[in-house]
Amino acid sequence: MNTARVPIVVARDVAKTYASGTEALAPVSLTIGQGEFVTLLGPSGCGKTTLLHLIAGLDAPTRGSLRWWGEGAPPHGDDRQRIGYVFQAPTLLPWARVRANVRLPLDLAHVARDKADAAVDSALAKVGLGAFARAFPRELSGGMRMRVSIARARVMRPSLLLLDEPFGALDEFSRHHLDDELTAWWRAEPLTVAFVTHSIAEAVYLSTRILVMAARPGRIIADVPIAAPFPRGNAFRASLAFAQQCVALSELVAQASQPVDG
Amino acid sequence: MAERAPLPRTVRIIAPLVVALAMLALWQGVVTWWALPPWLVPSPRAVLDTAIADRALLWSSLMVTVTIALAAFALAIVVGTTIALAFAQSRWIEASFFPYAILLQVTPIVAIAPLIIIWVRDTRVALVLCATVVALFPVIANTTLGLRSVDPGLRDLFRLQRATRWQVLWRLKVPSALPYFFGGLRIASGLALIGAVVAEFVAGTGGQGAGLAYQILMAGIQLNVPRLFAALLLIAAAGVALFVVVDAVSRIALAQWHESELDEAPR
Repeated sequence: MNTARVPIVVARDVAKTYASGTEALAPVSLTIGQGEFVTLLGPSGCGKTTLLHLIAGLDAPTRGSLRWWGEGAPPHGDDRQRIGYVFQAPTLLPWARVRANVRLPLDLAHVARDKADAAVDSALAKVGLGAFARAFPRELSGGMRMRVSIARARVMRPSLLLLDEPFGALDEFSRHHLDDELTAWWRAEPLTVAFVTHSIAEAVYLSTRILVMAARPGRIIADVPIAAPFPRGNAFRASLAFAQQCVALSELVAQASQPVDG
Repeated sequence: MAERAPLPRTVRIIAPLVVALAMLALWQGVVTWWALPPWLVPSPRAVLDTAIADRALLWSSLMVTVTIALAAFALAIVVGTTIALAFAQSRWIEASFFPYAILLQVTPIVAIAPLIIIWVRDTRVALVLCATVVALFPVIANTTLGLRSVDPGLRDLFRLQRATRWQVLWRLKVPSALPYFFGGLRIASGLALIGAVVAEFVAGTGGQGAGLAYQILMAGIQLNVPRLFAALLLIAAAGVALFVVVDAVSRIALAQWHESELDEAPR
């Protein structure tokens, strides 16, 4: 399924060892193709976030190399090659209103105010927070703050979107809603997604492909395509195929969580 | 954060007033009951009478002390913030100079004051410098800490957006540091007044430029204890007034958005 796709990110034997000597990531290789929704699934400490940081260019690998759109450095300034990042926590400026928070990436890029405001309004409308533009983050619920965070990623119109367990702290209803909104966004635009989670059900529901990771040292132990067609709704969640995928992945993750000998 | 429900504003104003009145009544009662002489313990009434009788003298002294304290406070803010911004720009600068900021803090002002007074010809400038030395450290320490205490996620976000050093400073570090900065100002305002008084004690300046410390010194020598009390109370009142003003300014600057101003964070 992913063989014919244009590669967006190619990682070749990338490894990360921290200054403390902790081997966060053993050499891993992966290719993320145009339009894929790839999920990094694994227990905590398996290097999912480390790998996502490397893909974002937030951190450099200790060994190995990465290429983005065929280039040796993460793109900068190109309209069609932008990386968006959604953090575990909403990561909003507490002193700025919702509108200013969403506008931040555009302000940092010196986009003209009127143009930026139009983009912000459109992004806020898409996440259903048009009425909250003048609110402060503390006035919003956890789910709404996460929507602001997503609107902030959206406003840059990224072509590669990286999400690090974005909905982990939310209740299940909000989580399902945001999962569906994310899928809708991914389907509506030429967007490639790399998503980190430790929820097997969420991974199966969202992804076109799941990379199962194991800990100590962090590594990829399986590459599982999820072939179910989109849009996937509750019918998919209730299907046998969904349950079978979940069970198969549970077993893989359980193996991954076993202590490693030698 | 706190589980306790906040008290209504009226209670928070009236309760301390009741305590003050009770203390005054007790004080007056004790002095009257045991017929204590005013040179030992003056009654509140005697202090009030003296304060009114000596108002011209005390007022001009108060103005001298408050002016010195305010000048020192302002200087400490400017110098302290500048130093903190320099520290925030480079770990090297911070590592090289922070120990000396601590040295400045731990050396008692009474030990430094004589030197400053000898070196600086104008006594009032010398007093301002002494008080600045006392008030400086909390501004440096708090602002430096604030500039460093940026949410790591937000720092990553700015990095991801390729924000310039300048953008990170003005859009992220400075706003993050504001609550810490104002926390430092609250401490520094009181210290500036203490520094002004202590320095004046050391300098012992009398005459036209005499501040409240000099009045206390003289009143003590002359056993004019009611005036001593009146001067003491004026210093305390000036300190409280300064704190209230700084507190109000910090509230106006932060209240709109910052959580520390919402749940009565520790000061």
